[in-house]
Amino acid sequence: MSSKPLLVLCTAAMLLVAGIAGATWLVTTRTGASAAVVPPAVAVGGPFTLTAADGATVTDQSYRGKWLLIYFGYTFCPDACPTALTNISAALQQLGPLADRVQPLFITVDPHRDTPKVMADYVKAFDHRIVGLTGSTAAIEAVTKEYGVYVAPQKSEGSDDYLVDHSSFIYLMNPDGKFVATLSGAATGAQLAARLETLLSQTS
Amino acid sequence: MRSLFVACLLSVVAAAGPAAAETPAQPIIQVHSVWSRATPGGAKTAVVYMTLSAKGQADRLVAASTPVADKAELHSESMSGGVMQMRPLASLEVKPGATTMLKPGGNHIMLIGLKHPLKAGDSFPLTLAFEKSGKQEVTVHVEKVGAMGMDMEGMKGMPGMQGGAMTGH
Ligand SMILES: [Cu+2]
Repeated sequence: MSSKPLLVLCTAAMLLVAGIAGATWLVTTRTGASAAVVPPAVAVGGPFTLTAADGATVTDQSYRGKWLLIYFGYTFCPDACPTALTNISAALQQLGPLADRVQPLFITVDPHRDTPKVMADYVKAFDHRIVGLTGSTAAIEAVTKEYGVYVAPQKSEGSDDYLVDHSSFIYLMNPDGKFVATLSGAATGAQLAARLETLLSQTS
Repeated sequence: MRSLFVACLLSVVAAAGPAAAETPAQPIIQVHSVWSRATPGGAKTAVVYMTLSAKGQADRLVAASTPVADKAELHSESMSGGVMQMRPLASLEVKPGATTMLKPGGNHIMLIGLKHPLKAGDSFPLTLAFEKSGKQEVTVHVEKVGAMGMDMEGMKGMPGMQGGAMTGH
């Protein structure tokens, strides 16, 4: 259908739009309280190619047919990330059998320290259904840009004990891989489950 | 009358002295509900939360250390436009008449270079250093992964609680 240069051009344009959308959205939401759902002006998301625990390559296509709950964080994070993953785990539990239609993904913003093995060991502590994904620096940069995720590693004395500023949102994508909503990373399990129950009951 | 009061006070302090080796002679800060979260597999960091209150005058928490980690840093945490930021804090003021809470989503003590995983139900010592009142050792109670608060049952028999009760009049 499309020639190769055209495809490249389209992809570049899409990335640019996603980047601008992410940036605008960060600026606009920065001023308001962010406990509630913060829908960005333009849909976020896009194709990604990442690495799962067993070293297998995983793409956005791998999860078509499932509702995705995507959280970006890093395993060195002792507070916000465990809170978000615990809330996601609680939501899965509350959803019961409905959770079969949901795939939670924990994508690292810190691929340097978060190897596939580190990610696998980490997510196990929360819920076995959560998939931890990492990838090359370029792959992580691409996916965080698509989702408008802000990532800023901080300087530290030790080479491997740096902190990373990052967006703490849960992105909800529909079974076609289309963006639906952004939920606060601090949303409780009950809040997440209620939102998912509504969406899941509207579709078969 | 006044000197009698001072004498009484001194005798009380003297009597309490040997029994309360962990609390300073003139405790300014009471430390309550010191808890942590169990760590996920392979985690190199952990977190400690607590409630602090000051008696009579303000003091500042300036440092912390524990045998379970290489470093224990005082951190602030803020959420701005959905971006989570942690920053080292030089000190944290504890004022009388209000409780200062280290809690999920807020200020906390971050343990870096964890020497072994923390399991729910475990406890470990933490030494807090205050600017005026010196060092105070407390016991940290480990709750579940991602716990949002301390299990009230777990607070019974905690040195921090006993210390708080003992120094109250
Ligand atoms: Cu921290």
